[in-house]
Amino acid sequence: MAQQEPQAVERELTMSRAMVEAIAHEMREDDEVFYMGEDVADYGGIFDSTEGLREEFGYDRVMDVPISETAYLGAAVGAAQAGMRPIAELMFVDFFGVAMDQIYNQMAKNTYMSGGSVSVPMVLTTAVGGTYNDAAQHSQTLYGTFAHLPGMKVVVPSTAYDAKGLMHNAIRDDDPVVYMFHKRLMGIGWMPAPDGPKTPVPDEPYTVPFGSADVKREGTDVTVVTLGLHVHRALEAAETLAEDGIDVEVIDLRTLVPLDTETVLESIGETGRLVVVDEDYRSFGVTGEIVASAAEERLADLEAVERVAVPDVPLPYARPMEDEVIPDAEDIEAAVRRTRE
Amino acid sequence: MFEDMVTARYYEERLQEEYLEGKQPAFDISAGPIPGELHLAAGHEAAAAGVCRHLRDDDTVTAPHRPHHVAIAKGVDLKRMTAEIFGRQTGLSGGKGGHMHLFDPDVNFACSGIIAEGCPPAVGAGLAAKKRNEDSVAVAVLGEGAISQGAFLESLNLAAVQELPVVFVIEDNDWAISMPKDRITDVEDGSRRADGFGMPGVRVDYDDATAVYDAAKDAIGRARADNGPTLMEVQVHRRMGHFMGDPQSYRPDADTEAAQERDSIERLADDLRAAGVSDDDIEAIRERAHDRVDEAIEWAKDQPEPEPADAHEDVFVNPPSGVTTDEPNHELAESEGDD
Ligand SMILES: Cc1ncc(C[n+]2csc(CCOP(=O)(O)OP(=O)(O)O)c2C)c(N)n1
Repeated sequence: MAQQEPQAVERELTMSRAMVEAIAHEMREDDEVFYMGEDVADYGGIFDSTEGLREEFGYDRVMDVPISETAYLGAAVGAAQAGMRPIAELMFVDFFGVAMDQIYNQMAKNTYMSGGSVSVPMVLTTAVGGTYNDAAQHSQTLYGTFAHLPGMKVVVPSTAYDAKGLMHNAIRDDDPVVYMFHKRLMGIGWMPAPDGPKTPVPDEPYTVPFGSADVKREGTDVTVVTLGLHVHRALEAAETLAEDGIDVEVIDLRTLVPLDTETVLESIGETGRLVVVDEDYRSFGVTGEIVASAAEERLADLEAVERVAVPDVPLPYARPMEDEVIPDAEDIEAAVRRTRE
Repeated sequence: MFEDMVTARYYEERLQEEYLEGKQPAFDISAGPIPGELHLAAGHEAAAAGVCRHLRDDDTVTAPHRPHHVAIAKGVDLKRMTAEIFGRQTGLSGGKGGHMHLFDPDVNFACSGIIAEGCPPAVGAGLAAKKRNEDSVAVAVLGEGAISQGAFLESLNLAAVQELPVVFVIEDNDWAISMPKDRITDVEDGSRRADGFGMPGVRVDYDDATAVYDAAKDAIGRARADNGPTLMEVQVHRRMGHFMGDPQSYRPDADTEAAQERDSIERLADDLRAAGVSDDDIEAIRERAHDRVDEAIEWAKDQPEPEPADAHEDVFVNPPSGVTTDEPNHELAESEGDD
């Protein structure tokens, strides 16, 4: 029986391996693709985002750069405008502040400001997320910040399968793409991942189209919309709730720009109850956006709405406080139950 | 100086032990009694000790992500700093900041985990002193990897044109995580960057605390006398990985061994002996330092963890109405100044 299954379906990869596989494939296919960032060559990326690439492609195409985010992220914009396809890594998303001008005034706006005559086909990869007690400058998720500012596509994989397909798409896209990977999902030795992100991954290249949310679990009672690490926490909550006969649908947004509201609205049409879960700050973010879209389009269907997100506080260091602010499966479970009261 | 250096080294040895507890055999960053990342400064002590010896409590120091040796030399409350690193309620920041974000306003010490971001606030402290006609100075400490960063270069320029009492101290340990110095700068002597800003630059080529002390005396003296900023670079050594758990597979063993051989503490002990200090006196200093560290660690481990609800406090000093501050709770621990 095993022989009849295609090998690709049997093989499971961690999320980082899946990302790297897509990058390596695109680098082999196209000499214009290169990767630059801090500690991406010999270290292989602090979160294994470039593991093994330097060995295959050398320092010219897997470039360690000085700690100078403004210079090298801006240089990626320039190289992209010159027709190359750079992938530039910002080690932690929290560091965007030192280089945000290059990101949102150049990378994201040059196409528009040039009346469409310039394109910026680059990928900005960056690590997001807390849950490892690294405090306020190294634990943010910031999905909302990048999705709020126009001109960049924003991608957030939650499984190895999605990570590979979205990466192929990101590199081939002629627009700037911000690819935000959650550290806790990467499958790194020193940060154990939950069950779930490690999935079967086909050998061959394939794309996951942007703007296609994925129903990670079907259910009829309550719709939970989320992304990144919290897909897995929502699935865990759904399992617990199933024991009480509550059937939860879990939707993984996968990309924030473009946003697949269709899939969300369809599900609300079935369930009438919406819970949005985000590891970013509560105000002015993903939860507000999804709830607003639902209210605009499906107000009549909505019986109950709940938001689960980080209250508007910087991420604290000590465990009891970090656990308090980052939503866990119990928080999601409680929110789902509240929609049924 | 010697006592500061011995304290810092032993402090970090003890932290290392505590940190690894619960993280063995398989290293898991979120297990064990000390949360988060931990960057140790073994091999950097001479730079901090030699510079801070010239500083008063009203002088400002901003340190980078590798802050303990600087904090100790600046006189940060050791007990509350340790409680902070253990994530306890009575820590310097009530457990909110952690090891990369230590703030002790009593001695004007702060640090940040974002590379080179301590430079502008140091310039600001210098600016405040100058505007108020005070003779306090500010020192920004950073790594050689950080000197490519815009915030550093902009700060040099601002301090220079405004003639501010700021000393920039580069701790050159030859590595920025996995990136060796020669791959990220073509200027071997970082202090030469001072030339481009019209300020004095000085490099101390060896991690000799006495040489650092002498160079810092000039630089800080100049700042205190209102003669403007200085850029100093001190050669130090990274005896360990970048952070605890760093496998260092990118680094030649010979390089790590060489760093471990050049021990600035042993060197200073030899100098002290040569100057007539007895072995007994040297031993007494070590013992005093060890006792103080052990006491701080024991004290910190006995401290309570924060309440989950504490997470909601301190976002603002003056919280707007409607912002949740779940009931004000504990009294801040008494800072036992003599810890
Ligand atoms: C703006 C920013 N970019 C990147 C990092 C990640 N980072 C932390 S420490 C470090 C290397 C710093 O090297 P160096 O300045 O030489 O100091 P050392 O760690 O050697 O003491 C890097 C790249 C960061 N914290 N902030």
